[in-house]
Amino acid sequence: MSSGFKVKSSMYYSVLQYFSIIAAVVVISSGAFAQNDGTEQNAIGRAGTFAIVNARIVTVSGATIENGTVLIQNGRIAAVGPNVSVPSGAERIDGRGLTVFPGMIDSATSIGLAEITLAVAGSVDLQETGTMNAHTKAIKGIHPHSAHINVTRVNGITTAMSAPRGGIISGQAAIINLNGATPAEMAVVPEFGLVINFPRIAVGGGGFGGGGGGFGGGQTTDFNEAVRRRDTQVEELKKLFTNAEHYLRAREAYAKDKTLPYVAEDLRHDAMAPYLRGEKVVIFTAERERDIRGVAKFVEDMKLKGIIVGGQEAWMAADVLKKNNIPVIFTHIYTLPVRPDDAYDSLFEAPAKMQAEGIRFAISTGDTGPEARDLPYHAGLAAAFGLSREDALKSVTLYPAQILGVADRMGSIETGKVANIVVSDGDILEPRTNIRYMFINGRMIPLTSRHTRLFDAFKDRK
Amino acid sequence: MKKITFYCILLLLITGGSHSTVQTQTAGDVLIKNATIMTAIRGTLAETDILVQKGKITRIGKNLTAPSSVRVIDATGKYVTPGIIDAHSHAMVSAINEGAFSVTSMTRIRDVLNPTDISIYRALAGGVTGALLLHGSANSIGGQSSTVKFKWGRPVEEFLVADAPPGIKFAMGENVRRTTQAPQPGQQLRYPRTRQGVIETMRDAFVRARDYRQAWADFNAKKTKVAPRRDFELEPLVEIIEGKRLVHAHGYRSDEHLNLLILADEFGFKIGTLQHALEAYKIAPEIAKRGTAVSIFADSWGFKLESYDAIPYNAYILWKNGVNVSINSDSAERIRRLNLDAAKMMKYGGVPEEEALKMITLNPAIQLGIGKRTGSIEVGKDGDIAIWNMHPFSVASRVDTTLIEGEIFFDRAADIQMRATLAAEREALEKLDVNRPPAAGGGPPRIPTERFEEVDHHDEIDGGGR
Repeated sequence: MSSGFKVKSSMYYSVLQYFSIIAAVVVISSGAFAQNDGTEQNAIGRAGTFAIVNARIVTVSGATIENGTVLIQNGRIAAVGPNVSVPSGAERIDGRGLTVFPGMIDSATSIGLAEITLAVAGSVDLQETGTMNAHTKAIKGIHPHSAHINVTRVNGITTAMSAPRGGIISGQAAIINLNGATPAEMAVVPEFGLVINFPRIAVGGGGFGGGGGGFGGGQTTDFNEAVRRRDTQVEELKKLFTNAEHYLRAREAYAKDKTLPYVAEDLRHDAMAPYLRGEKVVIFTAERERDIRGVAKFVEDMKLKGIIVGGQEAWMAADVLKKNNIPVIFTHIYTLPVRPDDAYDSLFEAPAKMQAEGIRFAISTGDTGPEARDLPYHAGLAAAFGLSREDALKSVTLYPAQILGVADRMGSIETGKVANIVVSDGDILEPRTNIRYMFINGRMIPLTSRHTRLFDAFKDRK
Repeated sequence: MKKITFYCILLLLITGGSHSTVQTQTAGDVLIKNATIMTAIRGTLAETDILVQKGKITRIGKNLTAPSSVRVIDATGKYVTPGIIDAHSHAMVSAINEGAFSVTSMTRIRDVLNPTDISIYRALAGGVTGALLLHGSANSIGGQSSTVKFKWGRPVEEFLVADAPPGIKFAMGENVRRTTQAPQPGQQLRYPRTRQGVIETMRDAFVRARDYRQAWADFNAKKTKVAPRRDFELEPLVEIIEGKRLVHAHGYRSDEHLNLLILADEFGFKIGTLQHALEAYKIAPEIAKRGTAVSIFADSWGFKLESYDAIPYNAYILWKNGVNVSINSDSAERIRRLNLDAAKMMKYGGVPEEEALKMITLNPAIQLGIGKRTGSIEVGKDGDIAIWNMHPFSVASRVDTTLIEGEIFFDRAADIQMRATLAAEREALEKLDVNRPPAAGGGPPRIPTERFEEVDHHDEIDGGGR
């Protein structure tokens, strides 16, 4: 009996060893997959002068041009209108029956930070350990050759915000174009915003999924106690800001007067500087009205520039959001109503309610990557439940560009903007519509992905 | 007085909730006027009427009339489709996985149905009228499935489609191997732990079932005097061998599905559906040859290693090979937008409109063995119908009315009308003594510990969470 047990235990041991080998193989092979896609991804399209002629042009920022030309030159929109003269060397694209849209922007993803989230830990860089990671930057972890990038962009999405998750201060999010062989080539704003999972009353899902873990204290069923704990956590968060502020002042003082005590450099505190001084935005995940009000108060008290990601009940806190100029990136179209007795369409309707309340908002998938390509349908579903079609389109083009502070460069079809452009055979919010051409930074992008390659490999197998 | 109010409200809640008051009694007789009807079998009919009597579609045509007692729905400018059928759901299933054994064919989903699950109502609001409710994917051979119509507000017995053939869940891959989650300290590993172990677990079960069947045959032929002891694990497997029970087999990798098809060949039965089967496109000819159906996600991929080769062109390739394909949700969230999943199939590869519609209506009905009674708009079929405000493949479409056997189970106008009542009820409940803070005379306010129901069983949870 004991020898049997012994055998079993040594078998168990060898099974474990075996598994670590398997795990290693899985990691290596998924790396190999990514490399295959790298070949694809590194085919970053071709530059040139392109003229899309005789097309319907939905400029988003202005009136729709029923029959006109978009001229792309040096990576930018050189001209747009019904009567544009096309330079002789330009490559002409027949736009008859086609519509030109600005590329869509998915403004709250974690694209590039995780290839396969479930049980392939080696491919996941979503969350650092610890709770205060202001110095970690998504742009340093984004995998430019992730298969998600091609799959997403061939559905008309040219740009994304990619954010780290977890902890209290998760790190810094990046705005990237979905094209480029290196993170630098992809970067639009490499260090865009600081992600904070704002302490919540009670527990539940956060906008970026990771949630406000880290403050500890466990759960309670006593509401008043939950409020007290939240307040304590907010005070702790404030301390993180004031500590950084004191550090920065001490560093500045020392720089001016070397007789003062030297303050050792601290990357975490350094990273806070532009955020606590209101030069760059802080991205807060928050869902419930009371938590959103908590964020607004924090932004007001600390004099920050804030954005809410998540925002299930943001429309209920319109007063404080407007007062503190806090826009909302709504990530809950593909989310069930929170309470069983909520209206079945409560989250489908939320964007229309935000619009009615005058809150600045955008719609995002909130996805880690694979399903970010569904962005147009998130916006479209909001249009099924009260949002106008025009605003639905804006909620994934111009509005996110404005909220992300890049509307001077993208989000609409205007002369001088970066040529992030999609040409389709119908309304890009419709699931039946096919993308026919797309341009990122003025480069014509091949409409291929991991999926089209597998399709080509197997479609005619007998 | 306060107490009485409280008990009245409590009674209201217990009796099924205010949502059930939406239900407008038609007694199964209804006339839908002047709709654009997408029949899912004989094309689209403009400005046409449908008469449903005693739950069955009795007439389809222009200018139909009915006795004045029959409820008339004016569907001018609206679209009508068959009610959507989801061939992979865990809605109203309150315990999904019995995962302790590798073969749990004795367990029955029928025993754990909760007819008050809010997921049912939300599915109806997405035009879904029927579903295959499956056991989870924690083991090689799981429990027995139930085929239901979502008759919200009715007793659970009325949900069951009485003449639907029985089914059972099989599963292969990561969920069965229990590798999608880290083992807990002290937790024993359960056999099987590999793909080759999974298929041998199934083969072993079928060998035992074959012997068991023979033992009964011998007894019935009076070759033996003692009846075999009844075995509830093997009886369902005997039914499979005899073609009386449909196998619905969860899996992702094509090689695994091929293993199962070959095993079924060996024991002389046909697999009902391959579930998920996101790599089915790689073995479409082998599947087509056996007449096995496939039920897939429209375009989910990349959520685990075995879904990394999933492509949204799967349905197109299978359809082109003549395979019966359905699009399922496996999720209380996704079940609300299966119309858009079907629409996507027109984009990925180019499935024709009616074939795409079939993938969420007639095809799953056939897969569940209820294709003769539902899944298309035809005379003689059940009046299971969704009425949409515009073309259901448009992203901006929504359901106005959902009927099962001619009875209204969801009506958007009624739902909206009821919201004020609900809000008032909520407010009244919040003012009750028990819900007031201590200073105001009540006990301390409590956050319910089970606030959120588990609603999204999208595969990984399907296999691991329970």
